[in-house]
Amino acid sequence: MGKTIKYAFVRSIPIMAGYIVLGTGFGILLDAGGYGPIWALAMSVFIYAGSMQYVAVDLLTGGANLITVGLTTLMVNARHLFYSISMVESYKDLGKLKPYTIFGLTDEVYSIVCDVDDKGLPEGVEKNRYCFFLSAFCQSYWIIGSLIGSILGGAVTYDFAGIEFSMTALFVAAFVEQWGAVKNHIPAITGVGVTLICLIIWGPASFLIPAMIGITIVLTVCKRLGFIGDTLQDDKSGGEANV
Amino acid sequence: MFDTHVVLVIAVASIVTIGLRSLPFIIWNGERKTPEYIIWLGNVLPYAIMGMLVVFCLKGTHITNMSEVVPAAIAVVFTAILQRVKHNSLLSILAGTVVYMVLIQII
Repeated sequence: MGKTIKYAFVRSIPIMAGYIVLGTGFGILLDAGGYGPIWALAMSVFIYAGSMQYVAVDLLTGGANLITVGLTTLMVNARHLFYSISMVESYKDLGKLKPYTIFGLTDEVYSIVCDVDDKGLPEGVEKNRYCFFLSAFCQSYWIIGSLIGSILGGAVTYDFAGIEFSMTALFVAAFVEQWGAVKNHIPAITGVGVTLICLIIWGPASFLIPAMIGITIVLTVCKRLGFIGDTLQDDKSGGEANV
Repeated sequence: MFDTHVVLVIAVASIVTIGLRSLPFIIWNGERKTPEYIIWLGNVLPYAIMGMLVVFCLKGTHITNMSEVVPAAIAVVFTAILQRVKHNSLLSILAGTVVYMVLIQII
């Protein structure tokens, strides 16, 4: 048990700085909008979705109606459907830990646990508890950050310009690591390519849902055509992508 | 201060987020066998999603603004190469972020 918690903590470290700083940013923004620490706490405990909470500040201060709130959340967070679909098998036997572990499946947590079944864990580390504690550690960083920002509010004049890049770097590192782990790179290329095309066509506010649909279609067509096999270890890409 | 509107906004955002995260688990909860296609999709999606997330993070970069593009491009390439060589995520993230923070100050 101790070993599992320790390992979950170690794996959560890459997310720590980003969550605390981005959480602080959220707290400051919410405070500036006129909502104190109790609301920051409530949002980080019950919503726990970074970009959505930033958007929610605008919705609150703008007095948006509940239908708008619901639809906006649906648009901004639709990508979470993707993570859950890909974890249906991995998280199958989590038992009592399942509801919370699913609730805590953010972009960043997903980037750490998505290959949990392929990679194998160190001896003595129990998978179900590991996934649970990883989610819990990460949410605690987010909550701590939100509270710091909310309590200190305008009093923090920090210059951490660019720290938000740590989240980009997290995904870049995960992307590179996954690239090296398989022979067939069609899914990785599809992910980047389709999303870029959708960003150009639909713009930064509404490209994610078209991108998700596009990725699913392209991958499915590639499977039908035989370019992608049952696993990505079979090299069906013709070898040209074998970097 | 108790503000019903805030409570309702938080409740709606929370319920929709939880719904999105749990829907696939509710549909394929073990009693109903997960279709082969979904299992396959679950296997290949992580590779596509990570690419999608990289683009998602960089979406705010204005392609015509060199003082935004150059730091982001250098920092992404630097992070990628470091990860490729050292396979140490923490190191790549830390070093990549420092490089980015320095670059946006000087470019």
